[in-house]
Amino acid sequence: MTYFLQQVVSGLAAGGAYASLALALVLIYSAMGLVNFAQGEFAMFATFIAWSLMVSLHVPYGIAFVLAVVLAMVGAAVIERAIVRPFERGPQLSVVIVTLALLAIVNGSAGFIWGYVPKPFPTPFPQSPVVIAGVYISIQDIGVIAVSILVLGLMYLLFNHTKLGLAMRTAALYPDSARLLGVSVGGMLAIGWGLASGVGAVSGILLAPSLFLEPNMMQQVVIYAFAAAVLGGIDSPIGAVVGGLLLGVLLALIGAYIPVLADLRLAVALLLIVVTLVLRPSGLFGQVHTRRV
Amino acid sequence: MALLELDKVTAEYGPIKALHGITLKVEQGEIVALLGANGAGKTTTLRAISGSVARGGSVRFDGRSMAGVAVHEAAQRGIGHVPEGRGTLVQLSVWDNLRMGAYTRRDGRQVEKDYDVVFDYFPILRTRRQQAAGSLSGGEQQMLAIARALMARPKLLLLDEPSLGLAPLLVKSIFQIVRSINRNESVAVLLVEQNAALALNVAHRAYLLETGRVVTEGQASDMARDESIRRAYLGY
Repeated sequence: MTYFLQQVVSGLAAGGAYASLALALVLIYSAMGLVNFAQGEFAMFATFIAWSLMVSLHVPYGIAFVLAVVLAMVGAAVIERAIVRPFERGPQLSVVIVTLALLAIVNGSAGFIWGYVPKPFPTPFPQSPVVIAGVYISIQDIGVIAVSILVLGLMYLLFNHTKLGLAMRTAALYPDSARLLGVSVGGMLAIGWGLASGVGAVSGILLAPSLFLEPNMMQQVVIYAFAAAVLGGIDSPIGAVVGGLLLGVLLALIGAYIPVLADLRLAVALLLIVVTLVLRPSGLFGQVHTRRV
Repeated sequence: MALLELDKVTAEYGPIKALHGITLKVEQGEIVALLGANGAGKTTTLRAISGSVARGGSVRFDGRSMAGVAVHEAAQRGIGHVPEGRGTLVQLSVWDNLRMGAYTRRDGRQVEKDYDVVFDYFPILRTRRQQAAGSLSGGEQQMLAIARALMARPKLLLLDEPSLGLAPLLVKSIFQIVRSINRNESVAVLLVEQNAALALNVAHRAYLLETGRVVTEGQASDMARDESIRRAYLGY
């Protein structure tokens, strides 16, 4: 039982990071109706920036964390305005291709700047575990869960209790009406890209100590995040969070109890996408779309 | 100087020209009706004013040219466009619809008071404020659309067929409210309406459109008496 609980906690820690990246995917999907395939690479790049700040410039962890997240937000908003915007009037597929191009460019740039040798990534949390009711829990895991909750909570407050959040939801759901009410829909889209990139960066920075930092670090994670988003409902922020946590725990338990499948975790995630799409296409929390034909 | 001046405004949807040079104006505090049959260009004229359709010619609002002004900037300048189909934010609550109405405003304290102002015009919305806007009846959604536009404290309201699909009694009361809003809040109104009799009853002046052109204009009372208009558009 204690072993089981330990697995659940470490699954929740990984799941919190998946949830953040899944939320990033959902934010873009809700606003534009497509997946930003470069989302994981944005997160990886931001993590490298945090690493450079800490290791090369000796900036303290907390400040480096915040700086990297802010830079990720500004960078993604600028990319949306400068690179994605010109393609938005064209077919949706062209924007998808643009995000694929961004994936390749960001990945290659990171390799060019920082190289492909995996780097250890610092963590502010002590490695020693605490014992709660006989269960060994790593403080690292608790820290990751806490930061995830904090970030996801902030996003919840932003979207549900601020004027900006309301305007972003309106712009995403009803762009024509939003314009007539004075909302710059393009501006909201840029902010959406910025926020998505910000939560993605949090995900990357939280995962880096356990994954090791290298340009391909997020490529599996973004598939997990995609599985989490589909499981929860690709247009549901709450669904992304629940899906991420469920997936994290599921993968941790598989790793612990079904060692045969441990190396097939990616396949499990992909299977989960397929099964969800077949059995419940709108996911656990998604809007069920009915269409008249 | 008029609040709104259109000079030879054209508009097109792709290759199809919808307006062939509309010239009209709306004075401060006026209610002006745009009449005409289906496809005459009434809705397109409103869209050209708010910038929701590609347009040519000159639109001046509040003393400034609207050339190159985006839709959301037109709203920020004081044009409250209640579109065809009302533009209800159906998944959001009535309350959030109204909050979005006040999106362009920075005077938070006055906004709080204005919620009460619009609730006084449309008391039903007060009782429905927590409900999803999509669950309202057609008439209530029309009230919400007008109330939402009013929350922006616009200088000019563009109303596109507020009577569409509503019971006659309800239409009458909505038009009465539009008139009192016009009088009390000093908002000019440009009203598109199929129901010419109703529109001429509430408006000060009117323009009659046919296939994208203004064919007649005048005082609403004169137009209501005009033999040819009566026969063609009023049906009596």
